[in-house]
Order: sequence, then C-alpha cells, then structure tokens
Amino acid sequence: MNFYPEFEVERNDSRCIRCRVCERQCANEVHWFDADGKVMLSDESKCVNCQRCVTLCPTRALKIVKSDCRLRENANYSDQTIKEIYRQAETGGVLLSSMGNPNPLPVYWDKILINASQVTNPPIDPLREPMETRVFLGKKPKHIRRNADGTLDTKLAPQLTLSMPVMFSAMSYGSISYNAHASLARAATALGIYYNTGEGGLHEDFYQYGKNTIVQVASGRFGVHKDYLEAGAAIEIKMGQGAKPGIGGHLPGTKAVGDVSKTRMIPEGSDAISPAPHHDIYSIEDLRQLVYSLKEATEYRLPVIVKVAAVHNIAAIASGIARSGADIIAIDGFRGGTGAAPTRIRDNVGIPIELALAAVDKRLRDEGIRNNVSIVCGGSIRSAADVVKAIALGADACYIATAACLAMGCHLCRSCHTGKCNWGIATQRPDLVKRLNPDIGSERLINLMNAWRHEIKELMGGMGINSIEALRGNRLMLRGVGLTGKELEILGISHAGE
Amino acid sequence: MKRIYVKEEWCLGCHLCEYNCAFANSGLTDMVKALRDKPIYPRIQVETDENGVTYAVSCRHCTDPICVKSCIAGALSKKDGVIEIDHSKCVGCLTCVLVCPYGAVVEDGSGVAQKCELCMKNSCGAPACVKGCPNGAIVYEERQAVPASD
Amino acid sequence: MSQLEGQVRIPSGCAVSAMISRDGRRMNGESIIESMIPMHDRSNGLGGGFAAYGIYPEYKDFFALHIFFNSRQCQSECMTLLKEYFEIVQDEHIKVRKLPQITDEPIIRRVFVSPMQSVLRHLQIDEKELVVRIVNRINAQLEGSYVFSCGKNMGAFKAVGFPEDVGRYYRLEEYEAYCWTAHGRYPTNTPGWWGGAHPFCMLDYSIVHNGEISSYDANRRFIEMYGYKCTLQTDTEVITYIADYLLRRQGLTLEETASVIAAPFWSTIDAKPEAEKQTLTYLRNAFPSLLVTGPFSIILGFEGGLMALNDRLKLRSMVVGEQGDMVYIASEEAAIRVMAPDITNIWSPAGGEPVIVKVKEGAF
Repeated sequence: MNFYPEFEVERNDSRCIRCRVCERQCANEVHWFDADGKVMLSDESKCVNCQRCVTLCPTRALKIVKSDCRLRENANYSDQTIKEIYRQAETGGVLLSSMGNPNPLPVYWDKILINASQVTNPPIDPLREPMETRVFLGKKPKHIRRNADGTLDTKLAPQLTLSMPVMFSAMSYGSISYNAHASLARAATALGIYYNTGEGGLHEDFYQYGKNTIVQVASGRFGVHKDYLEAGAAIEIKMGQGAKPGIGGHLPGTKAVGDVSKTRMIPEGSDAISPAPHHDIYSIEDLRQLVYSLKEATEYRLPVIVKVAAVHNIAAIASGIARSGADIIAIDGFRGGTGAAPTRIRDNVGIPIELALAAVDKRLRDEGIRNNVSIVCGGSIRSAADVVKAIALGADACYIATAACLAMGCHLCRSCHTGKCNWGIATQRPDLVKRLNPDIGSERLINLMNAWRHEIKELMGGMGINSIEALRGNRLMLRGVGLTGKELEILGISHAGE
Repeated sequence: MKRIYVKEEWCLGCHLCEYNCAFANSGLTDMVKALRDKPIYPRIQVETDENGVTYAVSCRHCTDPICVKSCIAGALSKKDGVIEIDHSKCVGCLTCVLVCPYGAVVEDGSGVAQKCELCMKNSCGAPACVKGCPNGAIVYEERQAVPASD
Repeated sequence: MSQLEGQVRIPSGCAVSAMISRDGRRMNGESIIESMIPMHDRSNGLGGGFAAYGIYPEYKDFFALHIFFNSRQCQSECMTLLKEYFEIVQDEHIKVRKLPQITDEPIIRRVFVSPMQSVLRHLQIDEKELVVRIVNRINAQLEGSYVFSCGKNMGAFKAVGFPEDVGRYYRLEEYEAYCWTAHGRYPTNTPGWWGGAHPFCMLDYSIVHNGEISSYDANRRFIEMYGYKCTLQTDTEVITYIADYLLRRQGLTLEETASVIAAPFWSTIDAKPEAEKQTLTYLRNAFPSLLVTGPFSIILGFEGGLMALNDRLKLRSMVVGEQGDMVYIASEEAAIRVMAPDITNIWSPAGGEPVIVKVKEGAF
C-alpha cells in the first residue's frame, strides 16, 4: 500500500544554485538534478529526515518538513499505528526501529529540580575554587587493613578512575562505524574516561586505546577471545539493554562486512542475532560463575561490570548482582538507544531509569551492600543536569551513547538499522563511513564532555559541594515538581516547597 | 608558510569547496546572487579518479614555481611565498595553465588565467574552501615539506 | 504546629569554644561559660550546650547516661528497657539552677550503668556496641525519652537558651574537667526542643559544630547502612556517627579520619610523595561517601583529647591558641582572650588541617 510520504522536501528554487550537494550527500537518493529542466527534483518517499542535505545546503534552499497529509484523525488509532498495521499486513514482519523510545512517556529528569545555597551556607565559585569531579568505580573495602608497620594497606579491588562521572556506553563496531569508534576511543583517552566496545569485538587498530576501553561480553560472544579480554580496562557482561530488554543484540547482515565480520569473528553478510539469554546464565548463580571466569581469565586485574536493562524487579536483580562478585552494575533505562530493535519491544518494555536507579540505590543501601558495587546508569542522559540528578539519586557515574552520537553528527532520524547513515556513524558503507572524520568527531566529543564538566561544576558549586562524591546519593539536593506521592516515594525525594 | 593541503581520505566529493571559492571571489555578499544560474569558475576543483577517489586541487604555492617562470607578461609573481596573479597584466596566453603540473591554474571564464591566492585578496581573508569543508578534508596549515613544481 | 528537630532538617549557624589541659589538670566550668559571652551574637537563644571530660572520676568505669524525659511515664518505660541490658549503678537528678531564661524543662536524669555480662555474651558484642545499640533504640523508638550523653567519665549538658545561661543552669562551675567544649546555636527556625541543642554525643565522642554541610544526605544515607539512625537530621549528629564509624569501627587514626572527612584536594594529593599519595588516594577511594563538604568547623571531643577540624575551603572561622599546657579553640579570637587574657600564641589553622590535642598518657 502506498502512503503519502511522512516528510516533504521543501526546496526554495529561488535560492537553489544547483550545486548538487544535496544529491551527492543523500545515501537515500532523495535528490537528483534534472538536466533538461535544469532543476533539482526529489523523491520524498525515500527521505528519513536526517537533515544531511539541509545542513550542507550552502544557500539554505532546503527544508524537510513533516507532511500534513495525514489519515483521518483518531486519538486511538494514530497515523503511525495505522501505517504500521499496513506495513505489517504487507510484509508479515516484525517492525524494526532504531535509537531510543520516542514516545511521550514521563521523563522524570525534567520533573526533578536541583538545590542551591542561599545565606545559611555559601555557594562555591568553580572559577575561583577547586571543584572535583574525579570518580572511582569498583568495590570498596569492608574493613581497612594495616601492614605490619601500622601503615594502611592501600591495596583495593580493581577500580576504574574517571576524570568526570560520564562514560561512553556500549555501541558495537558494526552497529557504528570504524570512524565512530575511533572518535570515541580517542575522545575517551583524551578525557580520562572510558568508551565501551559493545558486543562487536575490538578492531585491532584500537588496542592502543585499551587503557580507556571497556570490553563487552554479550550473549553472542562475538569477538571475544583472550587478547580481547586482556586489552581493556574493565570487562562488561551485557545481560540486557534498555532499548530491548529480554532480547539480544541485532546486527543486520548488510552491516557485517569486511573488518566488522573479521572483528566479530562471523561470516560476512550474516545477520548477527545474539541469543536472548546468555546460554550459560539461566540464573544468578550462573552469573557469578561467568563473573569469576572472566576474573580468572584476566588474573583479577580488571573490574567486571554487569549491565542490565531496567525492568520491573530491577532492585532485586541488582541486589543479586551486587552479591555475584561484580564490581560495577550498569543499569540501562527504557529510553536507551540501539542500532536496531523490534519496535514493539523498544517502545513497550522496561522502566524509566530514574525510578530504577532510585530503587536500586535504596535497596542496596537497605541491605548494607551499596559499597560492594558502583552503579552506572544510562538510558537517555541528555545533559549535565541529568548527570547531576542521577548522581544525587545515587549513581556513581552515567553512561551516554545517544548524546555522544549527537556530538558526532547524528540527527536522530532513527534509521540506523538501514545501514545508510548519512552522517557516517551507523553505517559500514565506505563512502558514508568517511563522512565522519575522527579528528572532528573526537574533538566534538571532547568539547561536549568539557562543556558538561563545566556545567556539573557550576551546579555543584551552587549547592555548596566541591567534590562529586559529596553529591552522590545526596537526595536532599533534589525536589520533585508535579509528581505523585508514589513517584516521590520511589525517587526518595521531597516535593518542591517541602 | 601556511598552505592549503588536502586529505583525500576525508574528501567526500561534495564539491562545496568549489562553490565556496566561487562565491568568495565573486565580490558579492549573497551566495544566491553570486552563483545562481551562472557557470562557476572556482580556483579549487574536485577531481575524481577511476576508483572514485575524490580530491580537491588548488595552487600549492610551490617554492620554485614554473608558472611564474613561464609567464610571458609578468602577470604572475611570488610575494611572501604566495603566488599572485595580476589580472590587468595577463594577456590570456594560458601558458601557465599548460605548464602547471597540478592543473591548479585555470581560465577564469573571461579569457585570462586565475588561481588560488589563499583568499588574501577577497573579503574572506582566509581560505573559504577550508572554512566551508564539512569534513576537515581541506586544511590550511604550516608543514615542513614544501612542494617544488619541478 | 511547627515540626521538631528530626522531623525536619534545620540548618543553623553557631559558635564553638573549647579548652583542654594537656597535663590533665581539671578545671571548673567558669572559664568556658565566660568564653561564650563575647560570641553571644553567634547564637540566638535556641540552643546551647557543653561537654566535659573527666568529670566523674569516681564512676569512671560506668557509662554515664544523661537523659531527657518528657514525663514520668516515659522515664519508667525507658528505665524498664535499660534494666533489661544494664545494671543500674546510680540513678539521680542532674542538679540545676532555676533561671528565668531557661524554660520548658524536661525531666533531666543521670544514670550510671554497667552492661550485663550475660547480655554481652549472648549478643556477642562488646559493651560499647551494646550502649550504641540501646541508645539508638531509645532515641529512635521511645517517644519522650532522649539519651543525650552516654560516655564514660564525661557528660554533655545542653538546653534551649543562650549558652552562658545554659552553663549556669547546669551549675557547671561545680564540675571539674580536663577538657571542655561549648556550643551556642543559631538555628533557622524554632524547634524549642532540648534534644536538638548541641553537643551531640555518642559514647565518649562529642561534637560541637558550626556550619551547614552540603554533603549531609550523602553522608547520612551512607552511615545509615551501618546501623546508625540519624534521628535529629543535624550535621552534628551525622558527623558524630562518621567519627564513631571511622575511629572506633574502622580503626582509623585521627589524622586518617581527618583525611576522609576533610580530604585534601586531588591536586594536593597528586603532588605528595608516593607513599603519602597512596594513603590519601586510598582513603578518598575507600570512603568517598564520608567526605564532608560545605562550611564546618568542628571540635570532636573524646577520652583523653580533642580534634578540631575545618572544612577544606575554610568557610567557617576557627582559631587556636596555646599557652603552657593549655590549648584553646574557638570560633572567634575574642573567646580565647576571655579564657586566657595574656595569650600570645594564636593562629588560624588551614582548611582541612586537623588540630589534634592529646592529654599526656595516664594524666586523665
């Protein structure tokens, strides 16, 4: 069934100089030059609204707008819902989507406000006073130990040291391009933070960034071997992902080409569909065995992260993980992004990270085991304010991926699964991959993180806090607005005015 | 001396540099007015080889420029390392176009030669192609090795 | 009705003062009371208090519980609980001098107790841990009873009022201590509750504090994992628990404790010699949630000494004076000059730099 396209290309012909940049830059082949009429024409049905042409058009002759040709309005059956039914009726297939859940579900970050000092204690000026954002992730000792001479035994379980409480979360080589990985790896190294390989293995060119790399072990075990495990600063076991809890990773065969297939250790062109569970982990005691297998394999030098999707009983799950030998728990909320996920799962499974984080932090404290693990939260951390709120709710650090992609040029068109990313990020087509110059990509990531660090310091200073650890779990610094009593109770914060 | 260098690894073949160059040297303040419905004569040109590799070519400001030596009218000269062209002296013999080993000197559409002068003589003040390149493929920087034309 | 301390968090400004004899000489409370007078304006009459060390030599083997009761009924309920765990050695009124400035008095008792050996054996804990547990239980669960001091050979005396009035009310000139600390409070609302005054005590640790810490909830939520219950929601309370946790339960030294609470900045640590750098990094890494930020000047009293500490930016005033065997500490130099008029050696310690004074071994 044919629909009127979702987007329209509005070309202001009086501004168009026929430079044909739009034509050359659109991997979806929306634009072309008609030599007879000497005009640019377009096929809007192919447009995904990635804005590449708009951005590069030197005379601003182009606009992509939402089409106003809609089906008859229906609050129950939206245009989108109806078209999805048509598509499924035509293909018999599961709908695929990319990036995070776009639906208008509550964003709790936006209903939480941050405190500032007035009169009774002074705000601190980060331009004039030291303001510290260094964070360690890993197990803390239960008791101190002393050497024979009475000095402190300073040996600790393996830790990650972050210059600021933000890391780039898992995006596999395959789901994103070589140049995107290069940008992340270089930026993480320059910033003194970490990036994460995702489950696609580690390209041999990037072993040099191992000190700032978290290597992931997921259910497909793609790209996992001894050198890989030993190459990173930490190992992450991916049990689940916020965008698609309950299922495994998903790399379309069109992206499993060349070095991607080599790094993943799979045949070229084959769909890499990871199993939903780890087939050696059907319960918490099995997880413990994998945690310790990985620790054995790396001689207990590296912290082990267990990443889970935020699901209904996340607090109990986290409590189990905290007792499994893991050093760090990463919780991924339902708005987390993905390179490809079944639409129904992405849009309907999982819970908001804010509630999950608050519940986990509280449960681990109630059980007196908060020190066993650090908590990293992800799943749509969009700004420095989100970071500050997450830390105050109880996170040790945040994972960002969508924001990192945006820094590299992503325009959130949510078409990663097509493999035709016009920004050179979620693609393996060499002509598209080269559009992301890692010199620029890494610089923009560094700029973004430096900007956030400044903002985090400003916000901390306002609260009269000059080191990030004094903010962690400091829920008194937060107030809710427009939240129900139950929501406030779960978040463990008071309402504004209280 | 700072020169324009091209990193073909990052050239997308979008040709924006050509339009930015033509606009910068048009003397006009509006790109649409400067370029719409007109053929353009940019001083930087994107070439494509048989493998589809694209590469923007412009004057390298050679240390020992053969174009200057070959100019019969004395229109080409070297000043502070930049090879300049005096359009009023050019007689349009186009010898320079023939001798340039890089194909960086071209005819300007009116019969005389033109070449990249690093946007020193237009209102841009710094190479417009560099500023407008979306992928950092054209850079303007100091490097050790300097091309000689022979 | 406005909420009491503990039902709501109330920031407050304050004055602190302390004097200690390194020779262990015992001095009556006149001087410390006098020292609070020039700092009168740092308090607003809504809380004052003192802690005194070495005041009960004849009962030094017993825990001295100072308790406020709202009624006889509360008292008998509390005493019944105490008798389940302790031998009651002495149960008496704390003598007071009625003053018009001090009103709404609760019943104020002093009970010397000795833990029952059978209970300790049964619970397999030491006597200090038992005292901590029972005091926490009384304060959290028995409404109308509040134990505000529970150390050996020491005691706290506090009330709603200006500190100099509180000192006279408790007849502190009749007590002799080798170490006195004092506190005047400027809370930002009117709880009118005696338990909310300072010092705050746990076993022989007492804290007087001036400031409003910005790390409060991070500290509270961490320390509550270890059985402490922050019933008062005050900085002083949480700092006392932190001191107890680090000093008694973790066995850190005073210096190490100071390096956790007012940790040096990373830039300072990174410039230290390797061994010291390792220790300081370890302490910050191991106890990140016990870093205290925001303005504070605290005086931590304990058996045989005291430690004064400022926040690492020195956002609150604190001066130290030394003369002979005496060390004086106060929010303002004026207070020290009252206690020692001809003192010459006065200085202002840097932020985060602990001042530790210990009484000569065996002198207390």
